[in-house]
Amino acid sequence: MPHLLINGQPREVDVDPDTPLLWVLRDTLGLTGTKYGCGIAQCGACTVHIDGVATRSCSVPVSAAEGTEITTIEGLPANGALHPVQRAWIAHDVPQCGYCQSGMIMAVAALLKEKPQPTDAEIDAAVTNICRCGTYARIRAAIHTAAQA
Amino acid sequence: MTHMPQISRRFFLTTAAAAGGGLALGFHLPDTVPGAEAAPGPAEVNAWVVIQPDDAVIIRVARSEMGQGITTALPMLVAEELQCDWSKVRVEFPSPEENLRRKRAWGDMSTGGSRSVRTSQEYLRKAGAAAREMLIAAAAAQWGVPAVQCQAANSLVSHKPSGRTLRYGEVAEAAAKLPPPSELKLKDPKDWTLLGTPQKRLDVVEKVTGKPVYGIDVRVPNMVYAAIAQCPVFGGTPKSYDESKIRGLKGVRQVVRLPNAIAVVADSWWQAKTAIDALPVTWDEGQSGTVSSASIAEFLRGGLTAPEVAVVRKDGDVDAALAAAAQRVEAEYGAPFLSHATMEPQNCTASVTSDKVEIWVSTQSSEGALGAAAAAAEVPPEKVVVHKTMLGGGFGRRGAVQDYVHQAVLIAKAVGQPVKLLWTREEDIRHDFYRPTAMAKFTAGLDASGMPVAWRVRVTGPSILANLFPQRLTGGVDQSFANGFTEEMAYEVPNYEVGYAMRTTHVPVGFWRSVNHSQNGFFRESFIDEMAHAAGQDPYQYRRKLLSKDPVRLAVLDAAAQKAGWDKPAALGVSRGIALVEAFGSISAQVAEASVGGKGEIRVHRVVAAVDTGHVVNPEILRAQTESAIVYGLTAALYGAITIENGRVQQGNFDDYQMLRLADMPVVETVLVPSGGFWGGGGELGVPPLAPALCNAIFAATGKRVRSLPLKDQDLKAV
Repeated sequence: MPHLLINGQPREVDVDPDTPLLWVLRDTLGLTGTKYGCGIAQCGACTVHIDGVATRSCSVPVSAAEGTEITTIEGLPANGALHPVQRAWIAHDVPQCGYCQSGMIMAVAALLKEKPQPTDAEIDAAVTNICRCGTYARIRAAIHTAAQA
Repeated sequence: MTHMPQISRRFFLTTAAAAGGGLALGFHLPDTVPGAEAAPGPAEVNAWVVIQPDDAVIIRVARSEMGQGITTALPMLVAEELQCDWSKVRVEFPSPEENLRRKRAWGDMSTGGSRSVRTSQEYLRKAGAAAREMLIAAAAAQWGVPAVQCQAANSLVSHKPSGRTLRYGEVAEAAAKLPPPSELKLKDPKDWTLLGTPQKRLDVVEKVTGKPVYGIDVRVPNMVYAAIAQCPVFGGTPKSYDESKIRGLKGVRQVVRLPNAIAVVADSWWQAKTAIDALPVTWDEGQSGTVSSASIAEFLRGGLTAPEVAVVRKDGDVDAALAAAAQRVEAEYGAPFLSHATMEPQNCTASVTSDKVEIWVSTQSSEGALGAAAAAAEVPPEKVVVHKTMLGGGFGRRGAVQDYVHQAVLIAKAVGQPVKLLWTREEDIRHDFYRPTAMAKFTAGLDASGMPVAWRVRVTGPSILANLFPQRLTGGVDQSFANGFTEEMAYEVPNYEVGYAMRTTHVPVGFWRSVNHSQNGFFRESFIDEMAHAAGQDPYQYRRKLLSKDPVRLAVLDAAAQKAGWDKPAALGVSRGIALVEAFGSISAQVAEASVGGKGEIRVHRVVAAVDTGHVVNPEILRAQTESAIVYGLTAALYGAITIENGRVQQGNFDDYQMLRLADMPVVETVLVPSGGFWGGGGELGVPPLAPALCNAIFAATGKRVRSLPLKDQDLKAV
């Protein structure tokens, strides 16, 4: 029975160890901010942080996440304040349908932790999530805003 | 000919099956629910406006929010006339069953065809104005003064002579009891203070915190999960399956046979998905198991010359003018099937009990969902409750046909408890209602000055209406297949004829963002470029000549060219292309700047879009929709192709049905040039001009004329 540490909370889940982390988060734990888009680590809608690293949770068996620190979109705000990336997203009115945005924001938050002032090329390389509404231009602008925060 | 954009006789998705009674579009005031007047607290002034004692204004939104921003734009239409404090506005989605009970007080709830603003703006503004007048009347009555001495602004009614004021929240309950005004005067657009201003989206904070509930997120008590395998060949049915192979798998409860599919129900979706993958199913593939993209292309090619053709527009005498022309230009074009690929795969949660059918669903048409659920459960519409959620994209997939609703209800009925059906991405890509493949054949005759005196257009391909709504064909003809060539073709060509040869295949087709404009915009605007090239003229100036008597369209074309700096050279190695499209009652021109490398690699640097929707509700949302449409169009132009082999779709996920990503995003510059006087749509308008603007830029760069999409399949290598 896998033991997980999610958003600072220890959680014990009764699932098959090869169940992808995504489905444990969504269906077992009810953390539905993390989305399913493709199941093959292509679209990034399921991006969470595992030990601070942006990871596509659809392709990580829950057993591999044991002993790590997992952060989802629900756990991104700290001390009740939105994360700078979330604030920049609001400033630029980034979301349209919003479905991919949890994954986008998690990918960008991890990028900025590693590279606080990313260049456009670094953004291109790191943020490969798919947004079908095409919010990319605003995402790029918001990343630069968040980097100034 | 009028200079106003034409709204073509296109589809009108009113989900008549769900409506039950007559179609009563528009404006009903007030249509009170029994008991509503007695309820303490919020006062329903009319169907659209509820005001709380603390002045909070709840504005009802009948359409679906799929990213296009109606949650913000439609309330702005009400609030402008209501004269309320915009910061106090909240939004509520009325349910389709409530709409039926109240004789469709909220009119058409379906969301598509860029209709939300253009078809509801008048009754929404009137609803706001009526509520305002009732609030004024209530305050005047309380003061015992004539209403004409009172004014409303910023959620306050004031009586100038005495200096008294009352808050909306203080008079709403009394206002709700008054009869609606019999006559209403809407504000002159020059007096608008909210409409036309860049207000922030009302749903943005929720959407950056993972809080909105999409269909896929719904959880109801006692719910189980279903995964599905649909017959890979359209029209086929399940023949048999070997349940023994999944018996004993953890969590698996039941296998359900559906007309075209097998579903496995389990305690979790992952268990259901694992089980359906392991379940051997044999299919009766029906009649279409040998169809391929090649055979479909051959079939369509026949349509380019077939004598059986519906002439959908005819001006002058094309044959005579062609015979007299100084020069002929001819070309054939093609475009593939495309999938919608909404980020949220299709899903529906359903519960069927003896007295009620309840569904939770991301839907562009909650009334359509209601109808689909009632039909699947074989119950009257009054027995159905629909919970509409946020949509993880729509683009036309979640409206006209709601096959996933039908399936979920059948599965829930079979298992006797609530079930969430979720399709995998592969099922979603392989069981869509696709943007139709299409071909076009053009013959144009130019005079000695290079201008067209004759143009024959032949288009062919599967009709969406024939597939989904055969009752909407006009004398057996789908007029909409030629959209962009008929009412919306404004270029001056004296002898002009458009024919459509319908070619129906087994591949289901449906409404895909910008519908037939998506192919026809590419065909038409590329061929106009071919004419300009044959005439030895600049493609922008050539279009200007063709629009010389049309100041409205000319202004849009000029705005794009000027913003792009058409008269100055682009950066070294960068080429420009231009296109103009009219669709959904609006006009847009785009200039694309692109370069093509030695190996044929395409880089799109910048897209400039000029947009005239007549009036603009929220310029920031219109800009966002334009950016969005450009990405949708660019994704399709570069990569989009659904191909068929052995009767089935070959693509299945984002590895082989590629999407544009951030690294390939061009700079987008949108110029809004609203000319006023009409209300056009904005959600789809930006899709059709992109492909031709880009392909015209590629021609300018390489001399290679792209007549078939997607670009990834074209050989653009330098020779």
